[in-house]
Amino acid sequence: MTSILFFEQLLNGVQFGTMLFLMSAGLTLIFGVMGLINLAHGSFYMIGAFSAALIAGLTGSFWLALLASLSGAAIAGVLIEIIIIRRLYRRDHLDQVLATFALILLLSEGVRWCFGAFPLFLDIPSNLNGTLPILDNLIYSKYRLFIIMMGFLIAFGLYILITKTRLGVRIRAGQNDRQMISALGVDISKLYTIVFALGASLAGLAGAMIGAIQSVEVGMGEPILILAFVVIVIGGIGSIKGALIGSILVGVTDTIGRIFLPEVLKIFMEPASATSVGSSIGSMLIYILMALILIIKPSGLFGKN
Amino acid sequence: MKKLTTTLAALILMGSTPLFAHGDKVKVGMITTLSGGGSGLGIDVRDGFMLAVKGKKNISVITKDDQRKPDIAVQLADKMIQSDKVDVLTGIIWSNLAMAVVPATVNQGKFYLSPNAGPSKLAGKGCHKNYFNVAWQNDNLHEAAGGYANSAGFKNSFILAPNYPAGKDALTGYKRYFKGSLAGEIYTKLGQKDYAAEIAQIRASGADSVFFFLPGGMGIGFMKQFSQSGIKLPVVGPAFSFDQGILKAVGEAALGVKNTSQWSKDIDNAANKKFVKDFQSEYGRLPSLYASQGYDTGKLLISAMSKAKIKNKDKFRDALRKADFASTRGKFSFDTNHHPIQDIYVREVIKEGKVLTNKIVSVGLKNHSNAYVSECKM
Repeated sequence: MTSILFFEQLLNGVQFGTMLFLMSAGLTLIFGVMGLINLAHGSFYMIGAFSAALIAGLTGSFWLALLASLSGAAIAGVLIEIIIIRRLYRRDHLDQVLATFALILLLSEGVRWCFGAFPLFLDIPSNLNGTLPILDNLIYSKYRLFIIMMGFLIAFGLYILITKTRLGVRIRAGQNDRQMISALGVDISKLYTIVFALGASLAGLAGAMIGAIQSVEVGMGEPILILAFVVIVIGGIGSIKGALIGSILVGVTDTIGRIFLPEVLKIFMEPASATSVGSSIGSMLIYILMALILIIKPSGLFGKN
Repeated sequence: MKKLTTTLAALILMGSTPLFAHGDKVKVGMITTLSGGGSGLGIDVRDGFMLAVKGKKNISVITKDDQRKPDIAVQLADKMIQSDKVDVLTGIIWSNLAMAVVPATVNQGKFYLSPNAGPSKLAGKGCHKNYFNVAWQNDNLHEAAGGYANSAGFKNSFILAPNYPAGKDALTGYKRYFKGSLAGEIYTKLGQKDYAAEIAQIRASGADSVFFFLPGGMGIGFMKQFSQSGIKLPVVGPAFSFDQGILKAVGEAALGVKNTSQWSKDIDNAANKKFVKDFQSEYGRLPSLYASQGYDTGKLLISAMSKAKIKNKDKFRDALRKADFASTRGKFSFDTNHHPIQDIYVREVIKEGKVLTNKIVSVGLKNHSNAYVSECKM
């Protein structure tokens, strides 16, 4: 186990984390501002990926495809917010869970109906294909570096948006006291639609960027949705900063854990069972992390009590 | 009035679903994955099966989606056996689902014909007289891959598979035939899509070849990321990651990869030619190996029905065991543990015009059975 390999795995963890951040930022914003538990957030990830694959197939341009993922998911977000989600804000959390779960089923079947059950093709642009030497012995995928960069750019953009703009002031105000800001004459329903569409478009962008190196298929959003929930629970519900730290923490723990745990276990077990036990524990590691953090800080790292 | 309508509705419902099979009609329950990740596999098995039994009035099929979840598969099986009164169950794709459903099904006296999953437990100690596998024992294609690796001169392989029964069978199968050493062995999460960490391990391991078993969408991600990583090692794997349904999504990254399969669309026999042609005209796409397995399962059932009535379980079982049907794979028979004896081919991914597909390069293992025959006491 060389330090170079360790560093490369660390980068992989950070890359995974930045993707999780795009998902969980929207999720946590929507919960923080509207108090809505949105299980259908993973569906926007899928919609983004399918919009991108569709546009990439038609035009051949990856950059147009990325744009399509943002706008496709945002449009879907606006429509769904106006037609369905808007009716859920005042309802009980259980009703929200039920309704947004139904949305997952509807959207998945809808996408399958339009595009079929077989995975679609979406490839990365040729100038991001291949690797880049970062250190002497370390070469790393250009595309993954691009993902990390995009993740941090968006994190910075969100920071500016929330702390420096008028919209950001309203979002923060909405997080603090929903009734008060509508009493002060802010058009609350417009604000909600904007926040929902913003969250959806971030998820869509994540779907397109990841779809290009994995696969674009129906149901691709649900596994990552579960992780995004773990992230916002760890980071503290409603906190963007918490989502960023939580994402990186979960990404790195997951990657490092599933690779190095079997290696560590090999010291005192036979290789075959070490591999099998190690990978089993490795896949539980982030949940163990979550449990530990909740024991120490029940409202998450940056959550309000 | 309300009472009357409900009674009427109940009567209509009863009329449309006969409560018990009579005569020599056979009721088939198909539980397979039709939604979510991996649904391409289930859809192909279903379509292949339906093509085989098309126009057969004495076979009725109930199809249900297991969503790739063991608990749902068990519920569906219970319902099909108890209230739909099916005679034969089939359709399950995933070995963990098969392990949850098959033992209970066959113990209740129903037949189970597996069109895909062939976990080692059901071939060895857990074998059962009412369980037939029409596809392969899980290890089979991987054993052929191990054999191919020897003949290609690989000495040091890095091997990986998901952490579930079929994944373990895969690595066991490869190791059983591969004579070289292992540069590394990794079990990944089932359903994992990102392999950056594993690929970094491969790069650092000094391996001269990579063997992987990652069925469905998992393999798409791996092949794309592997080809982007700049590692130039030869890759070998079972057909599952290079099959018709997903080649389009993998793209050029798959070109030239050797993979092992019991079926290929260019196997030269009349049954296969008819199958490929009929499948294309019925569904407008090329068939996959899953579709061929579903099709052969249907043909096997028809062959048994022409010899015996389903009511006479012993006779029907004997008829199944004879496997007297024209398989798309050519020669096909059952070993004593009800798993196939068949040829396993080495295929290469090629481009036909604009379509990526496979062609046979050589026969990997001839008349191949499985390693668990002696463990099975029926």
